[in-house]
Amino acid sequence: MKLQDTLLFSFKTIISYPTRSFLIMLAMALGVAAVIVLTALGDGARRYVVNQFSSIGTNLIIVLPGRAETAGSFPGAVMGQTPRDLTLEDARWVGRLPQVRRYAPLNVGVVELSAAGRLREVTILGSTAEIFPIRHMKLAQGDFLSATSGNSAQIVLGAKVAQEFFPDGNAMGQRVRLSDRRFLVTGVLAEQGETMGFNSDEVVIIPVRHAQTLLNTTSLFRLLVEARHRGEIESTKQAIRETLIQRHDGEDDVTVITQDAILATFDRILRALTLGVAGIAVISLVVAGVLVMNVMLVAVSQRTAEIGLLKAIGTPAAVIRRIFLAEATWLSLTGAIIGFILGQIGSLMLRLMYPLLPAWPPLWANFAGIVVAVLTGILAGLLPAARAARLDPVKALSNR
Amino acid sequence: MIQLSDITRIFHMGDQAVHALDHIDLTVDLGEYVSIMGPSGSGKSTLLNVIGLLDRPNSGHYLLDGKNVTDLSETELAQVRREKIGFVFQSFHLVPRMTAAENIELPLILAGIPLSERKARVMETLDAFNLSDRAQHRPAELSGGQRQRVAIARATILRPTALLADEPTGNLDHRIGSEVVALLEALNQAGTTLLVVTHDRELGLRARRRIAMRDGRIEADEQ
Repeated sequence: MKLQDTLLFSFKTIISYPTRSFLIMLAMALGVAAVIVLTALGDGARRYVVNQFSSIGTNLIIVLPGRAETAGSFPGAVMGQTPRDLTLEDARWVGRLPQVRRYAPLNVGVVELSAAGRLREVTILGSTAEIFPIRHMKLAQGDFLSATSGNSAQIVLGAKVAQEFFPDGNAMGQRVRLSDRRFLVTGVLAEQGETMGFNSDEVVIIPVRHAQTLLNTTSLFRLLVEARHRGEIESTKQAIRETLIQRHDGEDDVTVITQDAILATFDRILRALTLGVAGIAVISLVVAGVLVMNVMLVAVSQRTAEIGLLKAIGTPAAVIRRIFLAEATWLSLTGAIIGFILGQIGSLMLRLMYPLLPAWPPLWANFAGIVVAVLTGILAGLLPAARAARLDPVKALSNR
Repeated sequence: MIQLSDITRIFHMGDQAVHALDHIDLTVDLGEYVSIMGPSGSGKSTLLNVIGLLDRPNSGHYLLDGKNVTDLSETELAQVRREKIGFVFQSFHLVPRMTAAENIELPLILAGIPLSERKARVMETLDAFNLSDRAQHRPAELSGGQRQRVAIARATILRPTALLADEPTGNLDHRIGSEVVALLEALNQAGTTLLVVTHDRELGLRARRRIAMRDGRIEADEQ
């Protein structure tokens, strides 16, 4: 029996039992669709996090005062020692490194802001003009903290803060008070919403020296550094480290982390998560495989007389086995293709419902879904096919 | 030519061994018309199954067209069966989901004959068996006589040397049965060896050679 005849024969058989075939295909299709939609969801979450991370800056290196040990705690804090300050002078030295494109010192605190008869607590970021390009912040109005006037009392308001204090939109040029100090509004941030749990609409930005005075500190909270090239991130990190060790009398008392490293960690975790969900979805494919086996076994006993006849007209056992395997293959392949289409539609609906979530099923999941479905289908067909091939023709024929 | 020598077939019913065929010797020449008669359980169907290579004897030798087929593998047996034997059953054994034409085509598909040739041969056969207007009907839509004609067409489309019929008229009324017998006899006239197993004395007596069986033995063999 030729291959195309075997395929055609089993295809016709499948059409002859529409309900049975439909149910098997449905089970297979749902399994494959589950794999595709769930991986789309998992991978969508991964991409979402990666995008968010990328939006906070490019080639970013972050320097923290104090040394984070593997346990994640600052030994200084535990031992009652204060780590050496990370100062503005340190920042300036780091800024002179050739690999550094730009840097921004950062102090963060919560201070009372009053203006136009209103009062609220706001998060202040003390930094320089470089913070804007490094953190990809955009201004709706006005100017960045002027690079040359690092000491003048300028303030840039977050979009929501500006809206609250100056609902008429005339924030520019207004005077506001932070605690007991007066600032001149020279800019308003464009609305950006929340990224990585940080809402730039709710903050105000002032020159770093003013922030340090307001917060009564000489140590920086963070030092943000942007490397010149992506490929140089590691060497830049190393250079920053060496510079600071030198400046801190040979003590390695800062922690330098790179955005890439954090990103890679998140990427790994979420990929593992996606694989995990895919694994759960594959279980439904295995269940579908068991269903295929069950229905094929019933089909073999229903068609005993037919198998006997096939043997009587000279069909070798191997051909009978192939006919039943082809049937299982057709069922699972068609089911897998329908499931693939359902999965794509499901992912599309997810993307339409949650536009922020890039829920595209990864290529491997599409492949894996279909391949696993077809393989389980064929595996599930093996036992029924063997049983059909083994039937004794005389008994099979007398089974009326 | 069919040559059976010392063929024994034993079935086990519980702890009892039943000799369905008890040291049978039988030679059937090409083109013969043989009827095999006997009461139920006399072993006549088993004899037909052994001749048709559906059943293997426990002992003895079987030469088909001069070739020893006793020790062939399952796959080789299937091939010999396909090329040399045609079966006609009491209950027709048509595949219910296939049309008459598809049922007749089945042996051609199994033999790996290309589609175009298949179609031509099926058309020819449908015509020869006067079934052309029933080609696209399923078995359920055919009368008993038509079903058996389809079954005979299927059994003979590969031009086997021997046609084995087990109660071919058992499910048909007398008139239709006679038509089917006439068809089988016409095929025998054309050179096919015809073996008919039957209860029906009238049918059995039509054969040129009549074998009577009892308890797994050949009781009488009349020419």
